[in-house]
Amino acid sequence: MKELLKTLVEIPAPSGYESQVRNQIREWIEPLVDEMRVDSLGNLVAVRKQTDAPRLMLVAHMDEIGLMVTHVDQQGFARFVALGGVMPIHCVGGRVRFLNGVQGVIGVEKNPTSSEIPPLEKMFIDVGASSAEDCPIRIGDVAVFDRSFVDLGKRVVSKAMDDRVGVAVLIEALRRIEKSAFEMYYVFSVQEEVGVRGATVAAFGVEPDLGLAIDVTATGDTPKGHRMEVRLGKGPAIKIRDAGMLADPRVIQWMVQTAEKAKIPYQREILEFGGTDARAIQLSRSGVPAGVLSIPCRYVHAPSEMVDMEDVENAVKLLINLLQTAPNLERPK
Amino acid sequence: MKTNNLSILLKRLTSPPGLSGYEESIAREVEALWKPLVDHLSRNRLGSVLGFRAGSGESPRPCLMMVAHQDAIGLMVSGIKEGFLRLTEIGGVDQRILPGQLVQVHGKRTLPAVVVQPPPFLLPPEAQEGSVPLSYLWADTGLEEKEVRRWIQIGDPVSFNRNYVELGSDVVCSPSLDNRASLCALTLCLQELQARKHAWDIWAVASTQEEETLGGAATSAFQVQPDLAVVIDVTHASGPGSPAHKTYPLGKGITLGWGPTVHPKLYEVFKELAEKLEIPFKMEAMPRYSGTDADRLQTIAEGIPTMVISIPLRYMHTPVEMVSKKDIQRAARLLAEFAASLEIDFMVKIQWDETPKP
Amino acid sequence: MGRNTETLNQPTITPEQIRVLEKLCNAVAVSGNETEVRRLVMDQIKPTVQEMRIDALGNLLAFQKKESRKPLRVMVAAHLDEVGFMLTSEEDKEEGIYRFELVGGIDPRWLAGKPVQVGTERRKGVIGCKAIHLTTAEERRNPFTVEALRVDLGGGGKARVGDWGTFATPFQKIGGSIRAKALDNRIGVATAIELLKYEYPALDLLVAFTVQEEVGLRGAKVAAHALNPDLAIVLDCTPAYDLPLQVEDSFYPLENERYNTRLGYGAAIYLSDRATISDPRLVAHFVRTAEKMGIAYQFRQAGGGATDAGAIHLQRAGIPSISISVPGRYLHTPASLVRIADWENTLRLVYHALQSLSVDVLQTER
Repeated sequence: MKELLKTLVEIPAPSGYESQVRNQIREWIEPLVDEMRVDSLGNLVAVRKQTDAPRLMLVAHMDEIGLMVTHVDQQGFARFVALGGVMPIHCVGGRVRFLNGVQGVIGVEKNPTSSEIPPLEKMFIDVGASSAEDCPIRIGDVAVFDRSFVDLGKRVVSKAMDDRVGVAVLIEALRRIEKSAFEMYYVFSVQEEVGVRGATVAAFGVEPDLGLAIDVTATGDTPKGHRMEVRLGKGPAIKIRDAGMLADPRVIQWMVQTAEKAKIPYQREILEFGGTDARAIQLSRSGVPAGVLSIPCRYVHAPSEMVDMEDVENAVKLLINLLQTAPNLERPK
Repeated sequence: MKTNNLSILLKRLTSPPGLSGYEESIAREVEALWKPLVDHLSRNRLGSVLGFRAGSGESPRPCLMMVAHQDAIGLMVSGIKEGFLRLTEIGGVDQRILPGQLVQVHGKRTLPAVVVQPPPFLLPPEAQEGSVPLSYLWADTGLEEKEVRRWIQIGDPVSFNRNYVELGSDVVCSPSLDNRASLCALTLCLQELQARKHAWDIWAVASTQEEETLGGAATSAFQVQPDLAVVIDVTHASGPGSPAHKTYPLGKGITLGWGPTVHPKLYEVFKELAEKLEIPFKMEAMPRYSGTDADRLQTIAEGIPTMVISIPLRYMHTPVEMVSKKDIQRAARLLAEFAASLEIDFMVKIQWDETPKP
Repeated sequence: MGRNTETLNQPTITPEQIRVLEKLCNAVAVSGNETEVRRLVMDQIKPTVQEMRIDALGNLLAFQKKESRKPLRVMVAAHLDEVGFMLTSEEDKEEGIYRFELVGGIDPRWLAGKPVQVGTERRKGVIGCKAIHLTTAEERRNPFTVEALRVDLGGGGKARVGDWGTFATPFQKIGGSIRAKALDNRIGVATAIELLKYEYPALDLLVAFTVQEEVGLRGAKVAAHALNPDLAIVLDCTPAYDLPLQVEDSFYPLENERYNTRLGYGAAIYLSDRATISDPRLVAHFVRTAEKMGIAYQFRQAGGGATDAGAIHLQRAGIPSISISVPGRYLHTPASLVRIADWENTLRLVYHALQSLSVDVLQTER
């Protein structure tokens, strides 16, 4: 799975401009599904048909956070804005790669009166040009962080683990599963990072009975980090809530019971910020019971995000097990 | 409507915790109460309770949806350390009301606990002064860690202790009056409609997750596709520390919403009815949004003409919310009158303008 | 040459259209109360459309043809509403003094000492502030807040709580520029009215004059759901912050790098704002069209702001969308400013883009 993950994370595909990674995913999954389509926003929707079975929509987002150029000044320096949740602290000294191949460095204006991290407006991208005329990028060009995949053994590090690791889990599940209790819609969504936009229209089109997102979640196990219980290496997380939604208790129960029966380690997750594609599914049409299978990830939205390969493998196992039994959607106790 | 009946009803409706996302306990209560009052009961996929009453008009009949959210705010267990519980919020909770609050932890067993604020020397410098943020407070069950972990886990909802008190002849104090007071009004409305004819089909909806996503009402509206919708919620009653120009006196009448989320012709109809019934009311200006289920509901599918009526409530989002029983009755009466008096061709009357014929 | 014939019948900005824009700008239609402008628009488009409909929220939906027969259904949207305020509490009944709250995004620092108009009868009043003589230098450093300001109608009985109001700036043409209130988005509305006068052989044109854009893109959401077009073009007015830089550095030649758009540089094509990443296929089509027809255009800088496209593109199973705006200075303030040339270029760009749109535009994947 490391190879799969390495290929995925190194493809540049920021929100709104996901075609490169979509093409790669499509190449891999085409022989594994009955039908595939790309909808009007660019979501890749793949179907494994099954009659008389509830329809499950699984979603992992293809897009990563990125930057868009707003202006190139007379000396050839480019100003930019964020596509998705790019934090200034992670930009200082960063390297970027544009979709047209050009590479650059993020520079920062000096501030004589304060040592606080400046906002993105006080940063710029330097591609080594000497003027606006000989600058190979211009207004509207998009870039992603430029960091390669690193294998630390048990753990791996890269940009775009959010959510290429989710994409990898979906692809791996597709490869290993033969039968399931559902009619399966594998959705590789776009524009999650700018407001779960892809999933919103994908869910409307798919009309699922049940929805499950595979995405990363933060951890609370770094020095003076987030105040939350999820840890790297303690198993995939079953999301109870985040800032965007309360997971359906029946879905949580289904996930917990499946994990316990299959003896897969898991964690119960509460995230006090952030949201996922599952929210978009939950609020679609007449409502859809939805939940999230989370992969613990350190340094989310930094150029070097870290996941534990055992968590990833267990996430695949849990997903495969989940697909074998439909949840009881009768009223909970 | 006897006040006794209202008190009993209100007490029943404020008893179940029914936190956002975990509304099962209140949903069952609503189903039990609505069963004799509707033709058909069902649940929407996000747990909202839908009660359907067929109208007497000729088919095809238009339908009216009346919504009151059934979920309440509270807390949730987000961690366990040395037997103490860490907490996160469900809905908006002011951290300053928490120290000393008696709560119920709904785990494998329901256990009593108290929310406590640690002494400053146990807190980092940034949390020592001022009000202690929620993530530094604890809930203490009084049990040892082993017992705690036996019954409680991350994700268990935590509700404020039930404490229904009648203060004087009109005012009631209890947690969850936001929005069980409105649910009470909606139930009383259905009771009144038992004795009256109505031309339109009526959907009574006890929606879920208003305090988090407004999702229960919006998805119910997509499912039902009503021609009109009325949302019943609570608004701010005047009280100590609250600005007079943004609040309404307790027990002196209900409010009728006005603004982009409200169809102006519906406002006019409700105003006329209230004047006819001599129900005291005030216009509640909502310049940008209503802060209720109406905000999402109005823009579902091709749009739904929506009205918002509100019951003044003091100390909103605290366990000591207060409401006037008279105001609940007023809301119920107005709703019933509106529902019963809807003519079958009412939709023609609320057109914005005549469009020229080609 | 092909180009000359194509540009022969293209729309231009005439004194008549400026008169229509004047009527539109002087009308009052704050979000939630768009009736006056909607009626003006109905009047204007009557001879050019076969059907009109007003939906549950007050959107005016206009159909050039009664029946949809072409393979491509294109929605053009322009919002009717403007920013303003609502009277929320009567403070002095006799004097006619009211508290108010803003409707839409207005920087309160533009409000003090301005004439306003309130209610359907457009009663004249002011947002006053106390005389400078009665203030201290210390006080003047702090801006007025909405909480502190009041609407004064100079006597009781002229308005009531719930009335909408806005600035009372009269429309004025100044050389090649226009100064008025509500150019955001009466100029978009005027453009849509003009576009409806032409035929588009390859597509069905559906125009939505939407409501409540300034309070959350609310009208567009339901209009798009109802129309369910193949693609959408949103016409709006976007800020131009192209004022002189006032920060000096003798070492490095600083520039104004956050102008958003600039007056005089043509129609503004959106790449990305806070709510929408424009469909790149549509961006390419508009750029090709502009280059081919020699129409001045600029890219609106990515970043904040939103248009009706934010709501439209997420409706149903997704609707490819793009926004095209006329650049304007001082939007959401008492007096906005646009250049007539930019308006004409915007009108022409959308006209030619519509003329050359076909199903082929959406054949490639996004």
